[in-house]
Amino acid sequence: MTEIKRTSLYQSHLAMGARMAPFGGWSMPIAYGSQIGEHHCVRRHAGMFDVSHMTIVDVSGARAQAFLGYTLANDVTKLGAAPAAAPRALYSCMLREDGGVLDDLIAYGLAQNQFRLVVNAATRDKDLAWLTRQASAYAVTVEERDDLAMIAVQGPAAVPEFVRCAFDGAAASSLKPFTAMRLGEWLVARTGYTGVDGLEIMLPAAEAPALWQALATQGVAACGLGARDTLRLEAGLNLYGQDMDESVTPLECGLGWTVAFTFGRNFVGREALERQQAAGPGVSQFGLILRGRGVLRSGCEVVTNAGQGLVTSGSFSPTLGCSIGLARLPQGARGRCEVSIRGHTHSARIVAPPFVRNGKIRVELD
Amino acid sequence: MSEIPSELKYTKDHEWVREADDGSWVVGITDHAQTALGDLVFVELPEVDAELSAGDACAVVESVKAASDVYSPLSGVIAETNAALNDAPELVNSDPYGDGWLFRIRPGSPAELEELLTSEDYERLLVELDD
Repeated sequence: MTEIKRTSLYQSHLAMGARMAPFGGWSMPIAYGSQIGEHHCVRRHAGMFDVSHMTIVDVSGARAQAFLGYTLANDVTKLGAAPAAAPRALYSCMLREDGGVLDDLIAYGLAQNQFRLVVNAATRDKDLAWLTRQASAYAVTVEERDDLAMIAVQGPAAVPEFVRCAFDGAAASSLKPFTAMRLGEWLVARTGYTGVDGLEIMLPAAEAPALWQALATQGVAACGLGARDTLRLEAGLNLYGQDMDESVTPLECGLGWTVAFTFGRNFVGREALERQQAAGPGVSQFGLILRGRGVLRSGCEVVTNAGQGLVTSGSFSPTLGCSIGLARLPQGARGRCEVSIRGHTHSARIVAPPFVRNGKIRVELD
Repeated sequence: MSEIPSELKYTKDHEWVREADDGSWVVGITDHAQTALGDLVFVELPEVDAELSAGDACAVVESVKAASDVYSPLSGVIAETNAALNDAPELVNSDPYGDGWLFRIRPGSPAELEELLTSEDYERLLVELDD
């Protein structure tokens, strides 16, 4: 039996009264009090998340760029020559030969021949096995950095709050979105999973409690996985394992924009995707809003003008005050649709995500 | 350990019951239940005058996480439901034994009252669940 893992912030979470639950092999905080309250803190000011359960993998070697050029669907040459001072970040899928999504991840160009990948927690074993297998042909080193913790600080005040407590952290204010900087042994990236400004800080695990405590003392709200899910859903961001899995291609789950069909670059899954693109994927990812008294849930059947589909992710949007979801529906689906929830039919409206971006509601509420 | 007022009665499905002045019984869900559910977003209550048997699923509490059925602890007729929960379902989280009450029932079978759990019984049940 695999033992459940604890991050270096485990005791901090208990001390704050967090409700813990197993997630992807880790004991993680779901909420510390009201998860809706935590969600509002992020939208209105700043909240912090322990995301140390994510898998951090460093890839290095003379052919590291070529290796990632082959294994990732997005093009890591977009990370530029990657001078060590201004690393960039890139969101990408990692595919199977048949185009199915193995995982979604963020790739950072740390230096010449040195990259960092942040992949999901639940897919750790699968991803490491896959990367290690592919790596042998390129003679690159694939090293899991389980010595690092990760804290995400998100919200309109996230960057100023971090700058206030991080020694020498002032440069974080001038980070462009999707770029990163080194702060001693820390890597500070202007990235996030909430659709609002913020930072994700990768740091030695032993140093995480002090940063967490410093932020807490300044009044940054501790937020759990419950709020993380409602925030990312409002932002229209996919969750691997729900919105897509190995049986779904990027074209079918709204991630076609992350696939770079660069001339002359062969990557795993390219051929299958090109075939699908030529034939037309048949399904696509849409947003749903349910204004009535019900909550969309993963797996609910959806009947649209263009045929039947499925809710892939559903929850309650604290910002909109009603239920929202992402759904895989036939191409051409639009207008109102009917969703089956717990044996009852509810009327919902098909919209284009995101639902909320940078604090503003981006969809029409009827 | 969650709050378990000693003067109330309980069920194994995490409902509490309190006798009102007029002999009807007020029903709600326990502190343990509201904590497990998380923030409530909708509460569906039975119709007034509905006739129920003990154990009937008669209400639904829906949190951000999931929807859960609430079972009637007693047989009887619904006398009143808590209308405040329509616009403020979060009362169940913030005050599960007070303003978060769900409905009031006029019991049809006094013998059923004997089968309800005492606060000590319920506390023991929670300890067992924890193991």
